[in-house]
Amino acid sequence: MSNHPAPNFKNPVIRWVDSRLPVFSYVHAEYGVFPMPKNLNYFWNFGALAMVVLMVMILTGIMLAMQYTPNVDLAFNSVERIMRDVNSGWLLRYIHMNGASMFFIVVYIHIFRGMYYGSYKNPRELLWILGVVILVLMMATAFMGYVLPWGQMSFWGATVITNLFSAFPLIGESIVQWLWGGFSVDNPTLNRFFALHYLLPFIIIAVVALHVVALHIVKSNNPDGIDVRGSQDTVPFHPYFTAKDSLGLAVFLLIFAFFVFFAPNYMGHPDNYIVADPLVTPPHIVPEWYFLPYYAILRSFVDGWWIYEIFFGWWAAAKLAGVLAMFGSLIIVAVLPWLDTSKVRSCRYRPIYKWAVILFLIDFIILGWVGGKPAEEPYVTIAQGATMYYFFHFLILTPLIGWIERPKPLPASISEPVLKAGSGAQFAGASAAKMEKS
Amino acid sequence: MAEATQPDSDHEEDSGRRDFLNYLAIGVGAVGAASFAWPVINSMNPSKDVLALASIEVDLSKIDVGSAIKVVWRGKPVFIRHRTEKEIEEAKDVDISTLIDPETDAARVKEAQWLIVVGVCTHLGCIPLGTADGEPRGDFDGWFCPCHGSHYDSSGRIRKGPAPKNLVVPTYTFLTDSTVKIG
Ligand code: HEM
Ligand code: FES
Repeated sequence: MSNHPAPNFKNPVIRWVDSRLPVFSYVHAEYGVFPMPKNLNYFWNFGALAMVVLMVMILTGIMLAMQYTPNVDLAFNSVERIMRDVNSGWLLRYIHMNGASMFFIVVYIHIFRGMYYGSYKNPRELLWILGVVILVLMMATAFMGYVLPWGQMSFWGATVITNLFSAFPLIGESIVQWLWGGFSVDNPTLNRFFALHYLLPFIIIAVVALHVVALHIVKSNNPDGIDVRGSQDTVPFHPYFTAKDSLGLAVFLLIFAFFVFFAPNYMGHPDNYIVADPLVTPPHIVPEWYFLPYYAILRSFVDGWWIYEIFFGWWAAAKLAGVLAMFGSLIIVAVLPWLDTSKVRSCRYRPIYKWAVILFLIDFIILGWVGGKPAEEPYVTIAQGATMYYFFHFLILTPLIGWIERPKPLPASISEPVLKAGSGAQFAGASAAKMEKS
Repeated sequence: MAEATQPDSDHEEDSGRRDFLNYLAIGVGAVGAASFAWPVINSMNPSKDVLALASIEVDLSKIDVGSAIKVVWRGKPVFIRHRTEKEIEEAKDVDISTLIDPETDAARVKEAQWLIVVGVCTHLGCIPLGTADGEPRGDFDGWFCPCHGSHYDSSGRIRKGPAPKNLVVPTYTFLTDSTVKIG
């Protein structure tokens, strides 16, 4: 995809392989000389970070699977055995446990970066949709993984979430029994969740591959959100982004390691160290933190809430409305490219929408916070307000701002703002010299 | 590549026949795939051993008036409550038309003092509190589901909160005055 010629490899073995299966040429073209906009900031690290976390999850997951037993009578104890008896078992498990949280932090930042800099817009719509598909697959994987230790939160989280499907009229009950393979979450459920939890990450790899292929066709967006004009606007991936991604990765791994070694259970729930009891619901069921915003949306829909009464009351029960709204809150992200009516990508040049995106982030955080609170006042009202704002942002604010906003003038090229900031001619000369060298 | 050129519009007959064979092949393939898909999907449905559920018999003589017990049936709890006069009155006095899932108390019990319901919240499947002494019973003297705040009354009917339906009444028969068979 790059206009550089294929490299002439010196090593004869590499040459032999490459002329039969051009993997080395491929890596050279896509990760060696691949042109990257030269104004990318550290927000562009998060895709690579997500990729590393995915690999870490798969590696630790496979090691854990060698020690784990998917049976309702044995699962909890097999996890305790991993923690106490298996060599480095505690380390593998804590990495896998906290890795899931890290994965979601990284991907949420990655998505928010895309929203702020307009990375979802033409020509990157499909890239964006593939991203949302990855997010949904990650959620399914994380949800089923959390069931495996068979603690109280595992069991009751699984019960609550699988019961969501019973909201659908007529077929709901049959769907849920099909998911369970019985009349409640039980051994058949645990077995299939283990099989799927093993499978889904490999499907995620496949979708990530499509995501990256699509990215390398349309190429990276950048903080100015304007198109690359030519080679003067780009630097080669190596060494510029191999270096920048490595630095970002080092900082990220420090944070990850902090949690693994000093606060391994900080993001978990103590009730999951109590073995599952189908007859006792914990007083306060909460999903993992990364699901809380969606959980808050789900719970907002109750009889008597005026939004519910207006939009759903006359055709759907509150439970169905909550489920539809929760799934809708993800689908709506996928169609964002068509909800945003502005041609300008980056919020740097969108004085109004910029604040809308920041408010949306705050709203999302509020949803996450309130999703972890019990279903009582004032939390119910706060959750309902925040839910309303979530949809208001996408369905009303986003199209509306695109129409009424007057964007700031865009720079003529990626290099222009840099040149203006530096001392004109001298800077241009220096960077031109650099381009010649590479 | 000249010989690779497709014979087209002047061979109407041929292309009609080719289309037919195409559709036939695709059709047969689709039927084959579907008949393989069903057993695959169906294998996830409850298996015969799971379906072969036993019914259970419960001795009611040890349940005092005003208290309740929890028994397991089909892997789920069933609540059996020995209702007080006050609870029975409350259950009967409600104006049915004001209920979320309208049902009379009489339709939900066989003997007024015994309320037997599946103890699974019809919202998302938590076990409502209110069976054991000291647990909160919600605003209507029945059960309270802590998960998302559903309140059930002394007839197990949903009165407030996100649950759409009343607690399910299982099939049961009284074998004697003090034993009941559930299922
Ligand atoms: C497992 C999860 C994911 C992995 C491994 C992944 C990987 C990557 C990588 C390596 C890049 C290039 C580096 C970068 O721009 O940061 C990228 C770009 C991108 N990703 Fe993802 N991604 C993931 C999830 C998502 C999700 C959930 C979304 C959105 C809903 C998304 C949207 C995008 C977009 C729009 C780009 C192009 C960004 C730009 O160039 O401005 N990704 N992804
Ligand atoms: S499960 Fe009982 S209120 Fe949601």
